[in-house]
Amino acid sequence: MEALRGVSFDLKPGEILGVLGESGSGKSALASALPRLLPWNGKITKGAIRFEGKDILQASPKELQGIRGKRISLIFQEPSVALHPTMRAGEQVRQVLAAHEPWGKNAMRERTRQVLSTVFPEEVERISESYPHELSGGQRQRVLIAQAIACGPSLVIADEPTASLDPTAQMEIIEVFRTLREKRGLAIILITHNPALLAGLADRVLVLYCGSIVELGPAATVIASPRHPYTKALFGSIPAIFEENVSNRKKKLAAIPGDSMSASLPLTGCPFEPRCPERMQKCRKHEPQLMELAEAHAVSCFLFEGQSKRS
Amino acid sequence: MQALLRAENLVKRYPRKPPPGSPENLVALDGVSFAIVQGTTLAIVGESGSGKSTLAFCLACLERPTSGSIWFGDIDIAKLTGEDLRQVRPRIQLIFQDPANSLNPRWSVSEILSEPMILQGRTNRDEITRRSHMLLERVGLSCELEERSPSELSGGQRQRLAIARALALEPEVLILDEALSALDCSVQAQIANLLMELQSSLGMTYLFITHDLGMAAHLADEIAVMNRGQIAEQGPTDKILNLPRHETTRRLLAAVPGLPRGTPPGLEQ
Repeated sequence: MEALRGVSFDLKPGEILGVLGESGSGKSALASALPRLLPWNGKITKGAIRFEGKDILQASPKELQGIRGKRISLIFQEPSVALHPTMRAGEQVRQVLAAHEPWGKNAMRERTRQVLSTVFPEEVERISESYPHELSGGQRQRVLIAQAIACGPSLVIADEPTASLDPTAQMEIIEVFRTLREKRGLAIILITHNPALLAGLADRVLVLYCGSIVELGPAATVIASPRHPYTKALFGSIPAIFEENVSNRKKKLAAIPGDSMSASLPLTGCPFEPRCPERMQKCRKHEPQLMELAEAHAVSCFLFEGQSKRS
Repeated sequence: MQALLRAENLVKRYPRKPPPGSPENLVALDGVSFAIVQGTTLAIVGESGSGKSTLAFCLACLERPTSGSIWFGDIDIAKLTGEDLRQVRPRIQLIFQDPANSLNPRWSVSEILSEPMILQGRTNRDEITRRSHMLLERVGLSCELEERSPSELSGGQRQRLAIARALALEPEVLILDEALSALDCSVQAQIANLLMELQSSLGMTYLFITHDLGMAAHLADEIAVMNRGQIAEQGPTDKILNLPRHETTRRLLAAVPGLPRGTPPGLEQ
């Protein structure tokens, strides 16, 4: 099975890239492929990953060790599973440092406190002495962020970091990411299925569908006026809180029919074709390539053929 | 209008090992009262730990409240035991967040669907098969999926199956505990449409527990906002959203990330 099919993008230092995709889109495969942490049955068959002048695919195990956790960190979805249940939060952050830095005990302790205080402006001492079960979901997620930024990486990849949190905690985590980017110039790849999360946070948005990029562009443009039929349909299926027209409540939502299970996918043609409301004859036979519509805004859909800047 | 389900001053305390200096009991529900009119939807929103799920368990008769009453018609189901309790349970069904964990992974779709009917005392095989097919159709699943196991279904199909299983007992109330949260956005809309369709055709009554205010706004007739085991405020959906009075409501509304709205394309055939 191909989880990712020809995905290319770049990321500048300090940039926040939102990766939007539903289950089966390959977003988690992307998260683990970048630092080469794919499971045993996952192979990168083609392509290159260039990071800070190095080709990650060619890096030796030793070089990789210096990159993972130190230059690129991952933050996973489920903070209750990612943390050690019987170890205090502070110690869990300290261990990340110990794995990468040859520092003494005191320097390590000082740095742990400092890292924790960037994500917990208050109550650092109490959090540091707490076990994961004594913390709320949002606090646990912040401990994971502290682990991720402990060694001062330049890139953090966060895979659905807020999926299991309530809205208030979600917003807190988004704020933490925003601060980290501003204060430390951290580049962030934020992977999510929730487009609303990216509004106001991401600089650019990359929309994945069945392993391919369907749309890539500035966040404000993609969110306000999506062009690809999938992106449009996805945004259209989310109910509005403040519906201008009250009579729309309890009315049928504009759901996308079917689902993206790759088993039902056509082997040729556009992967979204079976569910697409605007499909054409040629979509079944040919797969569209990513074409640039406007400044840095690219879409892979035949609807825009001829409008491409470069074609 | 007559309320179908009415909670009166519900209290649920859990005993816990007291850490020094803290109270002995965890008060999960602290005097909760509300009523749901038949055929309508009440959304319960609130932050994690506000008591939403405890409320769901109490209403589904899976937990017994420490004090207070739950009036279902003219029976106080909080006090029922034995056979009386068994009689009432099928009438209030619960649907959980993650259908992958609430369906037996080793059973086929048809086994999952027939279990509640067998427990209810239906033994005629043909009748069970006929009803299973009807239920599958009702929730928009093909009868060809009958022999599949839950792992061979997509998330949306699994949640449809969980709904079909609940409907097998012909319940009057469905308690949906974050029933959409684990699904993709585009699939959430499909399941929400199914729930609305079932409500209008079967007159189903829903208690919709969620932290997705957008979905609550779309599906609910009334919203109750929970905070620390109490209902902070309750009222018609538009009133709660447009004129929030309680601080919790304002906080929840402020935390909703903004998504500018375009015109939704007309998609579903």
